[in-house]
Amino acid sequence: MIQNAWSLVLVVVVAALTFLLGYVGSRRANTTPDFLVARRAVPATRNAAAISGEYLSAASFLGVAGLVLKDGIDALWYPIGFTAGYLAMMLFVAAPLRRSGAYTLPDFAEVRLGSLRLRKFCTFFVICIGVLYLVPQLQSAGLTLNTITGLPAWLGGALVTVIVVVNVLGGGMRAITLVQAFQYWGKLFAVAAPTFVLFTLFLSGPGNGAQPVDEDGVLRFHEDVAVTTVDPVRVRVEQALELSATGEVDDARADGEVYWTPGAYEVGADTELRFTAGSPVPVVEGSPAENVDWLRPQTTGLSGLFETYSLIFATFLGTMGLPHVLVRFYTNPDGRAARRTALHVLYLLGLFYLFPTVLGVISRQYLPQLLVTGKTDAAVLLLPTTMQPNALGQVLGAIVAAGAFAAFLSTSSGLVVSVAGVVSTDILPGKVRDFRWATVLTGAVAIGLALLLPRSDASLTVAMSFALAASTFCPLLLLGIWWRGLTWVGALSGMLVGGGLVIGSQVVTVVSSYTGDWAPSLLSQPALVTVPVAFLAMVMISRLTSRRRPEDVNQILLRFHAPDPLGFMRDRDVQRFGTAEEKARLEEGKHRDGSTSSQP
Amino acid sequence: MSRHSGPPGQPDQPQPAARDAPQSTPLRKNRRRRVVLADPRGRGRVLRTIIELEEQTSVGEKLIRDLIRQQLRTGLLLGGGTLVFLALMPVVFYAFPVLSDVQWLGVRLPWLLLGLLPFPLCYGVGYVYRRLAERHEQDFVSSVDR
Repeated sequence: MIQNAWSLVLVVVVAALTFLLGYVGSRRANTTPDFLVARRAVPATRNAAAISGEYLSAASFLGVAGLVLKDGIDALWYPIGFTAGYLAMMLFVAAPLRRSGAYTLPDFAEVRLGSLRLRKFCTFFVICIGVLYLVPQLQSAGLTLNTITGLPAWLGGALVTVIVVVNVLGGGMRAITLVQAFQYWGKLFAVAAPTFVLFTLFLSGPGNGAQPVDEDGVLRFHEDVAVTTVDPVRVRVEQALELSATGEVDDARADGEVYWTPGAYEVGADTELRFTAGSPVPVVEGSPAENVDWLRPQTTGLSGLFETYSLIFATFLGTMGLPHVLVRFYTNPDGRAARRTALHVLYLLGLFYLFPTVLGVISRQYLPQLLVTGKTDAAVLLLPTTMQPNALGQVLGAIVAAGAFAAFLSTSSGLVVSVAGVVSTDILPGKVRDFRWATVLTGAVAIGLALLLPRSDASLTVAMSFALAASTFCPLLLLGIWWRGLTWVGALSGMLVGGGLVIGSQVVTVVSSYTGDWAPSLLSQPALVTVPVAFLAMVMISRLTSRRRPEDVNQILLRFHAPDPLGFMRDRDVQRFGTAEEKARLEEGKHRDGSTSSQP
Repeated sequence: MSRHSGPPGQPDQPQPAARDAPQSTPLRKNRRRRVVLADPRGRGRVLRTIIELEEQTSVGEKLIRDLIRQQLRTGLLLGGGTLVFLALMPVVFYAFPVLSDVQWLGVRLPWLLLGLLPFPLCYGVGYVYRRLAERHEQDFVSSVDR
């Protein structure tokens, strides 16, 4: 276990620094534009660090290494897609989105298509995606804190919620900008330092008599290991082995020595399996058991190929549709800064994603027991103490734990701010007080759901959010920014079709997972089909309803694309919530040559 | 004034700061003020182009349509190229499994191609796009602001 005083201390340090930076950031935050978009004054490099800090959730910090451990080289498409999504965002969305002057995603929909109904619909969808993303964050925060400090699971989630809500109450977007930027660098350190140390140890000797990762045949335990399952799990055995089990196997009571021939076995919850050194590792169903398959790309045939492409589609296009990421681009001063922000994010993410891959490969050698239960997310947390069961390992483990805690905090604060921003401006009147109430409400609903709902697989939820974002907001943004023909009816129906298909396929997948896995893999990773369908629906229905095209579409696109020095940009948060003086400055200031006033 | 080439109906446009004439509120009294007596460049013409842009006359509309098309083409070329390059990899690995046995510095080729290469590639493409997009915008501004 990695419960130790070091991790508790470092977690407290992260929490204290979060409060401190939040306080520093929010000292002068007192207007609605402060809370919504940090007064549009965040410079490109800082905003990029904040975006990366927010984006690198636990799914990236812990999940990527775990997926590499489990699925091997094909899992590398996750970090590639998570990064390339920002390239798509930069090429097609960042600058025009900022120049639209909107302050939330629903506001953008209204600016572009002039429909309150569409705005309401987008509000609903933003809240759905935000809460769906937030709940697993809080749930896994609870579990992780439970692993590293021994606190009860509900307390961990509640703690993260309280820290985030209190911080956001102080200054909204202004409070979290500095915090998230700091948390990016914290996370980078927390993943880079253990990687360097452990990789050096890994190279300096075969260590523990472990089997090289590229040896042919099945993976074997290199020491005696006992594994206790938490949830029921189905494992596949490729080579006969002997083990001793206490608990439930294949719906029958097992107690003592058992002999497993090749095949699939159902292991019940709370079953202890004891393996001896040298016996082959049973691997959770659906993951490659042979090293050869783990090591090589595309060994699962055409369906694997299809899944890879679908994943590429969902992540490349889904990133631009995530509301909590989009809202950060509104905090830049102008479109050019937004574009530079996206470029800098590519650099920061590329730097980060080099490390989890290495950790995942090393864990294959040292932590094969995680493959039995499939809970590979714990790999990064367990690796330091497994490789170095001494003070060095404990300190490294504590650093990783603090990084994971920072990941929960930064992603949750971004989500809370984006959802609260939408709730306060679209459902409440939009004053600072409303933003604060919306923050409390969002936090309460999220933690309530996190405690009530059963825990779902974090990677599944993330995959679903990306597919959902890619099939709803992505076509709205791309067509809205580059195509004059979009109408609100078309946008609405395209989003309904795309979102409906994704949700439907997820429901079918869940049902089939309880009734014998009959659904094809297409349904669990549906983006390859749903995204084109959503685009098609949007274009076709916009064509049919071309009468409803906004009359000022040319002016709107001019504002989206005209270079910043010409000063066509109008910040809608100032128009709606600003003081009289700010409004006056907006009217005259940004327009370089003035437009209306005449001087004698 | 005679250097201004604007049409007769077009009043000379001063800098925004110069508009804070004495009649404006005392609140701005202490602010530093830039006084522009004569602007060397042809403000009138700039203004006319901006108004043309805003009112979407045929000239203005053509200008902005060209800019949008240019930016979109750049984005599609760069993004499409990157996508095709990355998307070819699974199919190539699927079709030629022998690639997995090629090693370089003790690491197998697919791990290098997937674990290392895409990140600098994305940054590089993004960098090129930033350069191009900003140049297009600069060209647009100078075509408006001669």
